[in-house]
Amino acid sequence: MKRLPILLVPLIALLALHLLFPTSLLSLDPGVRNLLLIELRLPRTLLVFGYGATLGLTGAAVQALFANPLASPDVTGSSSGAAFGAVVGAYWLGLTQPLALAACGAAGALLALCALLLLAGRRADTATLLLAGIGISLACGAGTSLALALAPSPFAFYDAFDWLMGSFTDRSLAQAAAALIPASVTAALLLRHARALDLLALGEDVAASLGHRPRRLAVEVVALTAVAVGACVAVCGAVGFVGLIAPFLARRMTGGHPGQAMLPAAMIGALLLLLADLVTRNLDRAIPIGVITALAGTPLFLWLIVHQRRGMTP
Amino acid sequence: MTSLLDARGVALGGRLGPLDLASGGGEMIALVGPNGGGKTSLLRALARVEEARGIVLIDGADIDQLGEARRSRLISFLPASREVAWPIAVRDIVALGGADHDQLNHWLAAFGLLPFADRMIGNLSTGERARALLARAMATGPRLLLLDEPLSNLDPTLRERTRRELAATLKRIGITTLLVTHEQEEAFDLGDRVALLNAGRLEQLGTPHELYRAPATRFVAGFIGRDSFLPVVVQEIGPAKEDGLFPTAVSGPALAPGAKLSLAQRGFGKGEKADLWLRPEMLELATAEESSPSFTGSLVAIRFSGAMSYLTVRLKSGQEIEAMCADEVPPLDSTVALCLRAGARPMLFPSHGAAESSA
Repeated sequence: MKRLPILLVPLIALLALHLLFPTSLLSLDPGVRNLLLIELRLPRTLLVFGYGATLGLTGAAVQALFANPLASPDVTGSSSGAAFGAVVGAYWLGLTQPLALAACGAAGALLALCALLLLAGRRADTATLLLAGIGISLACGAGTSLALALAPSPFAFYDAFDWLMGSFTDRSLAQAAAALIPASVTAALLLRHARALDLLALGEDVAASLGHRPRRLAVEVVALTAVAVGACVAVCGAVGFVGLIAPFLARRMTGGHPGQAMLPAAMIGALLLLLADLVTRNLDRAIPIGVITALAGTPLFLWLIVHQRRGMTP
Repeated sequence: MTSLLDARGVALGGRLGPLDLASGGGEMIALVGPNGGGKTSLLRALARVEEARGIVLIDGADIDQLGEARRSRLISFLPASREVAWPIAVRDIVALGGADHDQLNHWLAAFGLLPFADRMIGNLSTGERARALLARAMATGPRLLLLDEPLSNLDPTLRERTRRELAATLKRIGITTLLVTHEQEEAFDLGDRVALLNAGRLEQLGTPHELYRAPATRFVAGFIGRDSFLPVVVQEIGPAKEDGLFPTAVSGPALAPGAKLSLAQRGFGKGEKADLWLRPEMLELATAEESSPSFTGSLVAIRFSGAMSYLTVRLKSGQEIEAMCADEVPPLDSTVALCLRAGARPMLFPSHGAAESSA
């Protein structure tokens, strides 16, 4: 934890870079420049930062709760659930308010997490957890496709492609707020449980003997994760692997302690997503940010699986 | 002066209590009893792992009123499960106890963990893992340590060695410990006092000697060690002698004709039915010149255990009785006579219906 400042410096630098790059904007007339900065650049930077941080933080919390370093919002199906919820909200319920869509996303994510708990249980082994996650992801993916195919609007599929693979283009301040307010509340509430989540590594009984309430903690982690991830996915689509990688890297700084890793994981998640978005913005062709994170994350995911089989991964 | 542990009216669902338990500190109390008797439930109730009734004061502080920081300095609970689902290094497990760097190394060294400090807990043997978890439990610096079968799942030789190390370490630190064990030998070896729990009740709490030599209830008598119960009728109770014994004469179908026993028990009326409790070592083979042996019967089984043999003798009444024999053993099916050894303290318990023999 003493090493947090190591993350803070690059994070601030990357935030500034993300906001100001490309710098052609700075040579514009001050009125236009400020308008563009506040209306276009700022929501994007905030969203990328907030979404990345949310993925890192909730990833660390979910991994601690399930006592499994391979659990994360995307692997366990919460992101797919959120996407399904948001698609139903947008194309079937005709919702357009960002906050209403965020609520639909949260509801979808909550449904997916509850299904996971029901299917795999709290202390599932990796195989069961991943299988349950795959099942839920597949079901939600099919549901999403079906909802889009049968949607009243003929352009639903085309519309949704960009969004579902993760996109930060042209998001308004209102949309940013719809994602970031639930995300910040979640972060504030989850960070209080760092110590309890650390102790959960020793089993529920030990945590309970030290005055923590493991059942209540589980409900809180699941509900808060659903709210934050659901809101972010509803606004920006599903971005994979950040929620898996960030906690993994963060634990290198916290001696493998899963709960303490939440804060650095949030910072690393934000760093990674800011970096990925900078890459996306500077490519000649428009490639969804989810593709970039997946390309970077898949090798690490596979490496983690191999190492976990040998019981070596912190 | 407040005692270290003062638990009053502790109860857990229908499984335990309510019961009281107190300790002045600096001792090891071993909890024994049959499965489902309430040993683990008592630990869980004291550790407040589950919603338990009653009040638990440690050093005078009610632990229900305390947050983690203060609670962890008073009490530490190590559950029976050695599984750590989370992949984490030994050093970091012990650090969860909140120790700073120097303390951390101290605990790692105290439990011989320095060589594996950086290994993942999942890659350790059961014994090493048990030590790592124990080091974590100790690293918070608690006043009371609650250990649920810390030596289970160890093979016998390792178990013996780990038990010695554990006893030495706990003694050196001088921490008050409650330890659940299935092994009576372990309880007697480790426990300054032993608590026997049965059906959620505390049958007896005392030194190993007290439980073995002066069981408080018939259940304790039957559960601890090897023994036999024989139905008798109380004939005569004499005045107390200076050693606290009450010479009591009994008779019964299991006794040889004319046999009379002196017993350390009172509270029975003349003519009352009772069960006579005997340990194998209270009996010896009667020599030829013994005129009135207490029991005669045929030798139906011999269990040789190295230094001595246990002889099962079927009495004329059909009951079986076990005697210990360190010398030459007569052949099977021969008729043998048994008498009480000098200094033996058999006891009488209220009659339990049909006579039974329990191991």
